[in-house]
Amino acid sequence: MKFGVIVFPGSNCDHDAYHVISKHVGQPVDFIWHRETDLSSYDAVIIPGGFSYGDYLRAGALARFSPVMNSVKKFADTGRLVLGICNGFQILCEAGLLPGALIRNRDLHFICEHVFVRVETSDSPFTNELQRGAVLRIPIAHAEGNYVCDDQTLAELQREDRIVFRYCEQDGTVTDAANPNGSRDNIAGICNRERNVLGLMPHPERACEDLLGSSEGRDIFRSLAATLAAAA
Amino acid sequence: MKAKVYVNLKAGVLDPQGKAIQHSVELLGFSGISDVRQGKYFEIALDDSVDTQRARESVEKMAREVLSNPIIEDYRVEIEA
Repeated sequence: MKFGVIVFPGSNCDHDAYHVISKHVGQPVDFIWHRETDLSSYDAVIIPGGFSYGDYLRAGALARFSPVMNSVKKFADTGRLVLGICNGFQILCEAGLLPGALIRNRDLHFICEHVFVRVETSDSPFTNELQRGAVLRIPIAHAEGNYVCDDQTLAELQREDRIVFRYCEQDGTVTDAANPNGSRDNIAGICNRERNVLGLMPHPERACEDLLGSSEGRDIFRSLAATLAAAA
Repeated sequence: MKAKVYVNLKAGVLDPQGKAIQHSVELLGFSGISDVRQGKYFEIALDDSVDTQRARESVEKMAREVLSNPIIEDYRVEIEA
C-alpha cells in the first residue's frame, strides 16, 4: 500500500503526516506537489493541514484550483481513500468533495489546544479499528473550524451516519461547552456518502506519540492501514 | 471597463468579525448600531474589447465559482463602463 501527502504552497503539516505514515504505519509514502496530476500509484492520499495559498480569499478556496485537485476528485470517484486534515478538510469542502463549509471560529480566536472528540461511527475506512463512542484526545489548531451546513445537509449527515467525529467532554458527553469553535452539532469530522473521503479539523497526525502529549490519533491511521491491507 | 463584486455572508451565518468590529466601534463612542456585517469587495479590470453583456456573464461566473462560497455567501456584480 502506498500513501501520498499532497503539498500546496503554504501546507505546513505535510511532514507530520509523512512522518506518521512512514514511522507509525510503516508504509511507503511520497510528497505530491500540487502541480502533479498522476495519482495512479497511490492507494490513499492525505491533504494535510496548513495555510494553502495563505488562506487567501477563504481557507482552502484557492487550493481547489490546483491541478492535483482534479486528480484527487477522480481518485475519490474510484473509491480510493482521501483524508483531509484541518486545511485539508477546508479544501475538500471548497472542492465539493464534502458538504458544508468551515467559517471563522465563533469567538474569533485561533485555537490551538488538545480537545476531546467522540468517534460517532466505526463504519468508515478511517475508524474501523475504533469503537463507536470512543473518546480521543487530539489537538486542534485553527481559526476557521466552525462547521456550517444547511438543515437538509445536517439531516442527511445524521441519517446516513456520516458524522464521524464530534467534539465532546472527556467522558464523551457532547455539550456546547466542549464545542471549541461553534461547529454545528459539534461536528469535528464528516465523510462523504461513499465513505472513502474523510475531513476533520483535529490533527490526529500530531497525536501519534506520547512525547507529543497524546498518541490517541494513531488508531485513525491504524484503521486506514487495516482497510488498505484488507483490500489488498 | 471595471467590474465590482460584493460578497457578503448570507443572513443567519455567524459573523464574529462583524461583531468584534461593532464592539470596537461602540467603544469609540458610536451608538445606535444594531449590526455590523463584514464582507469582501473586488474590483476587476476588464479589457475594453469585452462587451458589457459578456463581461457581466463572465464576472457572474467568477463570483459564483471562485469569489464566493454559495453555501455561506451571496454576491452582487456591478459593471462600470
